[in-house]
Order: sequence, then C-alpha cells, then structure tokens
Amino acid sequence: MATVFKKSKMLTDTKFHYCPGCTHGIAHRLVAEALEELGCEGKTIGIAPVGCSVFAYNYFNCDMQQVAHGRAPAAATGAKRVHPDKVVFAYQGDGDLASIGTAEIVHAAARGENITVIFINNAIYGMTGGQMAPTTLLGQKTTTSQYGRTVPLNGNPIKVCEMLSTLDGPSYIARCSLADPASVLKAKKAIIKGFKNQLEGKGFTLIELLSTCPTNMGLTPLAALDYVKNDMSKIFPLGVFKDIDAIK
Amino acid sequence: MKKLMKGNEAIAEAAVRGGCRAFFGYPITPQNEIPEYLSRRMPEVGGVFIQAESEVSAINMVYGAAGAGARAMTSSSSPGISLKQEGISYISGAELPCVIVNIVRAGPGLGGILPAQSDYFQSVKGGGHGDYHMLVFAPESVQEAVDLIYNAFDKADQYRSPVMILGDGMLGQIMEAVEIPPMKDPTTFPKKEWATDGTGVGEGRRIVNSLYIEPDVLEKVNQKLAATYAEMAANETAYEAYKTDDAEVVLTAYGTVARICKSAVNMLRAKGVKAGLLRPITLYPFPSDAIAKVAAEPQVKRFLTVELSMGQMVEDVRLAVNGAKPVDFYGRTGGCVMSPEDVMNVILEKEGK
Repeated sequence: MATVFKKSKMLTDTKFHYCPGCTHGIAHRLVAEALEELGCEGKTIGIAPVGCSVFAYNYFNCDMQQVAHGRAPAAATGAKRVHPDKVVFAYQGDGDLASIGTAEIVHAAARGENITVIFINNAIYGMTGGQMAPTTLLGQKTTTSQYGRTVPLNGNPIKVCEMLSTLDGPSYIARCSLADPASVLKAKKAIIKGFKNQLEGKGFTLIELLSTCPTNMGLTPLAALDYVKNDMSKIFPLGVFKDIDAIK
Repeated sequence: MKKLMKGNEAIAEAAVRGGCRAFFGYPITPQNEIPEYLSRRMPEVGGVFIQAESEVSAINMVYGAAGAGARAMTSSSSPGISLKQEGISYISGAELPCVIVNIVRAGPGLGGILPAQSDYFQSVKGGGHGDYHMLVFAPESVQEAVDLIYNAFDKADQYRSPVMILGDGMLGQIMEAVEIPPMKDPTTFPKKEWATDGTGVGEGRRIVNSLYIEPDVLEKVNQKLAATYAEMAANETAYEAYKTDDAEVVLTAYGTVARICKSAVNMLRAKGVKAGLLRPITLYPFPSDAIAKVAAEPQVKRFLTVELSMGQMVEDVRLAVNGAKPVDFYGRTGGCVMSPEDVMNVILEKEGK
C-alpha cells in the first residue's frame, strides 16, 4: 500500500502531552516538516520555553535546550552565535514571548539575530490554568480576568508582529492561523520561509501562529477553532508584516 | 614578562587565554573595563562578544552558548549579579559550565559604586532558588585573579558547574604588575558530548534541561549535584595561612581585605601581638577544616573576621570555629574601607593593650 502520510522524522516517537483539540501538535508537525524538507536533520538546535510547550524537547528530533521563562531568544542567541552554521529556533507561547520575555524578543529582533521564532498565540496561559495573557482579547474571561479583560484595568492586547515589524532587524515576520486546513498550509509555507531565510543568513524571522486552548478557553475543540477564526483573527489580522525580499 | 594592567582588563585577558570564546555582558560600574576590553579582544580570537539588553539576557545567552558547548562567560557587579540569579540557578540545574565575574560594589539596592564584600551570602549560599552552589574564588590581587580565572573554565568543565570569581571594586580598578599566562589551545579542551551543538539526532540527540517533573527523579538530580559539591570540597578548597603557626590572634578575611589584614598582622607583630591571618581563597567550598584546626591550637585566643560588609563570612567562620574560641567581627560598608591601623586598633582593644 502506498504511504500517503507519515510523521516527520524531525519528530520523535514520544506521544504529545497536549490536551485534545490543542493546536500545539499541528504547530510541532509543521515546524518538524519544514526542518525536514529544508534538510536540517543533524544541524538544528531547538529552544523550548516555559509554558505548555515546555516539553517540546521531548518531541523535536534534534538537540534541544529548555530555558527559563521568556529567555528563549537570549539562549537561542547564545547557541546561534557559537554555532552560526546550525539552524536555531525558539518555540514560545504568548506569556513567554509577549509578557515576561518582551525584552529578549525585541532585542533579538532588533539585532537581526539569525534565528527563527515560532510564536504560539492562543490568548491565554495554558499550563498554569487559564490566566490572562498579554494577548488575551478585550472582554475575554480568564481565571485572572473573571469579569472579562478591560482596557482600564489590563490595557490592550499586544500585537507582536505589528510591533516587531517596525524594527530594522527582522527579515520576515508573518502571522498565520492553525484554525483550518487552508490556514495550516499557509502557516507551513511561512515557517519554511522563516527557516529558509535563516539558512540564507538573512536574519531574524518570526512566525506567529494563532492557536487554540480549548481547555482554558472553556470551549469545545471546534468552538475554539471558531474563536480563533471569528474573534482572534479580528484583533490579530493574518498576513505578512515584514518581508525584506518583498520590498525589493 | 610582567605587565602593568588594570584588574578588570587583566581578568578579561586571562579569561581569553583560559579559553573563553563567548562573552555576554551589560554595562555596570565598576566592571565596565571587562566588556569593553572583550568587545575589542573577542573578534581577534574568533570569539563572540555581545552587549546584551540586560543582565538577565546576558546570563541566558551564557546558558545558550554554554549549553551549545562554548566556554562562555559573563561579568557584572552586584545589582547586575542579582538579576542573573535566575539564570545561575537554571545553569546550575542544567549542569552547564560557565564563568561569572562579580566585581562587587556596595549595596543594598542601587547602593554605591565603591568596593564592598556584601555579596558573600548571595555568592556562596545560592543567590537564586533551589539547592545549588558553585565554586567561588576570591582573589586578593590582580595576579591571583588572573591565575584563578585562567583555570576557571577548566574547573567549570570538570564539574559541569558555574564558577564565580568574586572580586570587588578595588580589585577591578587597581593597576598591578601581572604575568599573563600563555594562550591555552582550544583544540586540547575535553570534548563535551552532552552539548547541543546541533548534530544530535535520534538516540544521539542532546537535551539541556533543568526540568524534572517526577519528584524522585528531581531528588536524584539534587543528590547528584550534592555529590559534585562534595567532590569540589575535597579537591578545590583553597586558603592561605599567613603567620598562623604561632598566632594567638587569628584574623580571617578574603580578597582585597585580606591584604589590608596582612599589613595589620605585621604591625601587630611589631607591637608584640602574635597575630596571623587565615585567608579563604575559595569561599565555596569554605575552608572550614583549616579554620577548625587553627581554632583547636591551644595558643589561639581569639578570631577576628574582617569584611567590607555588616558580617557575612563571619557566620561561616563561627560555624567552623564551633564555639572553640570567641569570633569577633569588624566591618566597614558603603564603600568605606578600613586601614591596617583600624584593624590593628580593634585587636589592640580586644587584647586590652
């Protein structure tokens, strides 16, 4: 029988620990497939964050570092600078990247650090139990915004792609969604573009992936996908925010 | 041939000679000459220099570079070292070798920029969270700082642990004649099979990590670290005994203050007081046995611990002496430094002379 689909060899055989309906699994698969397709096996260093994807080091079939909360871009910088010929990626959630790790991500981007950052935005803290994230939508109820997020109390959600695309360092910044098959295919293209830029030495790339957290959103997996499509995408519009190749 | 060098610059050059090829720092007085020097020097030896966005980022860049196998280092001064504590804890948990230089200034808070020894607790008791320690060397001179950091990267690799060089503003800023040792050949350094250099795949892939979610596994990690610290205590404990053989009054001091105390010892001896000095060179592991041995000498009447703090190392001296003899304390803080006469007068007063 012909094989029509198989797991990327850039993933290990370890079973994911993610909740049913969570899109981390899709994101992992896309990153792994992109690395495999670009021939990065045996030449990749991955950086795992603190958050739901803290165990990413168990899943990616490459050398991995698990680092302190928010510091993945700094650790990735250290690894990349001493191994400039290797592909280095950081995989971070919204609390990790857009809250506690804002200094690290902004300055890694500003330096044009030749790394690729996969940014999972599901508008909530997953691992710690559904607290408000820097990307939580206005009105969204979380365990620390139980009446819904408000501007006077919590300010507005942070738009990472828009913010980082004002810097001169990044070579490619895109926001994609994992909410439906067509979006997933687009996301994969963006991730491949990110890694390709790194391989070509073009500098910092970040791909934001709008993602679900059915468990903490209090939604079924399907309703969570709808939430990404109908609500999150309005505040976090999909698209390419920076592409140095397109400017030419 | 000896060369006249500022402490900070000599430390930086000796780090390079000792194999350091990755430095990540952030400006803070009084250690700025270290990153300044290395920003010029690292490109000459094919090394990495980055001025990070913060001390937090700098220590995490060290984590990434050390985790990927490089001989990596950061330097800072007290408030900056406070910021690095999270990273130092992670580095210890992940068993990564690196070197951290703390050119201590007076605290707490923003404090001042003048010399102090008030980071002793933070350095030797584990300033960050969790059960960890590291080798802490306290040089008394620029030459000793050079010699200690020159081998610090080897020690860090040997124990897979961070190593701290604990200096102070005086050591960083003073100029002294030093012999700089020859460049070590990086090709002779032991291979780090555990390092995430990017070549790992499948069974051969490497994971640098400090997360152990299973309690019994984490306990084993702590026991393993404790065994490493016991090994350090057995192999690395270092001190200098200065005129302690017949001493009746024993001073204990480390770093630059020990040099002040050596002068005080000689002044006291000229006045007929048999004084000596026991100077810890490693603050962790602490030379407790050596101090206990001196305390057991029948002619020893008292100890005086002298520090640029309100009394930190004195706690470890008291634990080592264990009540055998009285242990007094004399300290100055805020960047104020005692003179040899000050130390002598404290002893003369205790001796009723």
